[in-house]
Amino acid sequence: MTWISIIISGIVTYFSRMAMVALIDREMLGTKVKEVLNYVPAAVFPAIIFPGVFFNDFGSFVEITDPKIYGAIVALVVGFYSRSVIATIVSGLLSYWFIIFFLLR
Amino acid sequence: MLSKSKIFFKGTVAVLPHMLSVIPFGIITGAIGIELGFDPILVYATSLIIFGGASQIIFMQLLSGGASSLVAITSVGVINSRHLLYGAVLSEYLEKLSFIKKLFISYFIVDQGFAESNKYLKQNKNLSNPHYYILGTGVTLWFCWQLSTISGIILGSFIPEELGLKFAIPLTFLAIIVNDLRKLDHVFVMLVSGFASLILFDAPFKSYIILSPIVALIAAFIMLRLKK
Repeated sequence: MTWISIIISGIVTYFSRMAMVALIDREMLGTKVKEVLNYVPAAVFPAIIFPGVFFNDFGSFVEITDPKIYGAIVALVVGFYSRSVIATIVSGLLSYWFIIFFLLR
Repeated sequence: MLSKSKIFFKGTVAVLPHMLSVIPFGIITGAIGIELGFDPILVYATSLIIFGGASQIIFMQLLSGGASSLVAITSVGVINSRHLLYGAVLSEYLEKLSFIKKLFISYFIVDQGFAESNKYLKQNKNLSNPHYYILGTGVTLWFCWQLSTISGIILGSFIPEELGLKFAIPLTFLAIIVNDLRKLDHVFVMLVSGFASLILFDAPFKSYIILSPIVALIAAFIMLRLKK
């Protein structure tokens, strides 16, 4: 039963990857839709970032003093000025670790 | 003109920084599957067949918690439906390919690969063979994902939990969009999506992952209309 579930989940996921690439003709999308598609990254990724920063493992809001918030702010500022993916991630992690291993001890 | 292998390699290099979050996440995913009591082959099969980090974890957690297959499958479908949006964007660079090639490349469309491909190809519209860039990002991420879940399955979660490496996941996505903070219209759409996700977080089947982007895209549509 678990195997069947995995396979169906795989098919569903593959379909979501493939449908717009292989089944839909781009001509069918109007210019307005294409314009809106410019905002896909801006529309999708914050929905992963915000809960990851502002919620804990149990799905409730973290406190305003949570180290994740400050790690995210540092990453945001460093990323904005450096334009570097690696600097964004590393600065966020390092500042997060600095808070939990040094300041909170 | 860039050769196909050079374009592929550029894609590979573009996603390498994201390994900082992809590899720990893969290890965690493999280790969680084993901890939940699943057969190692089954855990690995989720990486090969479903190939979508968060959805694999939710899938295994739901089944081990006694949820029905239908609930588990629906959750995976809802969480991964965001790929429809990625496909819609990337189809611009894939439309000239044969149907078979489209079917093949589609399997490799993932978050970080989409984001880096979109960023690069938007600035290099005249690139011939843009699909090699998409493949370069996707195949690289695929290999790292397979290897890291396998190592999580074999070695368990050998990364200390105190490190809180789960935090690398929001950071990797922050790194993807941080450059767009220079554009006010994008910032507006990001804020709509972010706040929508906080409000909709408890919606069933983790549907906030697709509902928030839909709300944000509707907001973008309205914004574009008002601008004119």
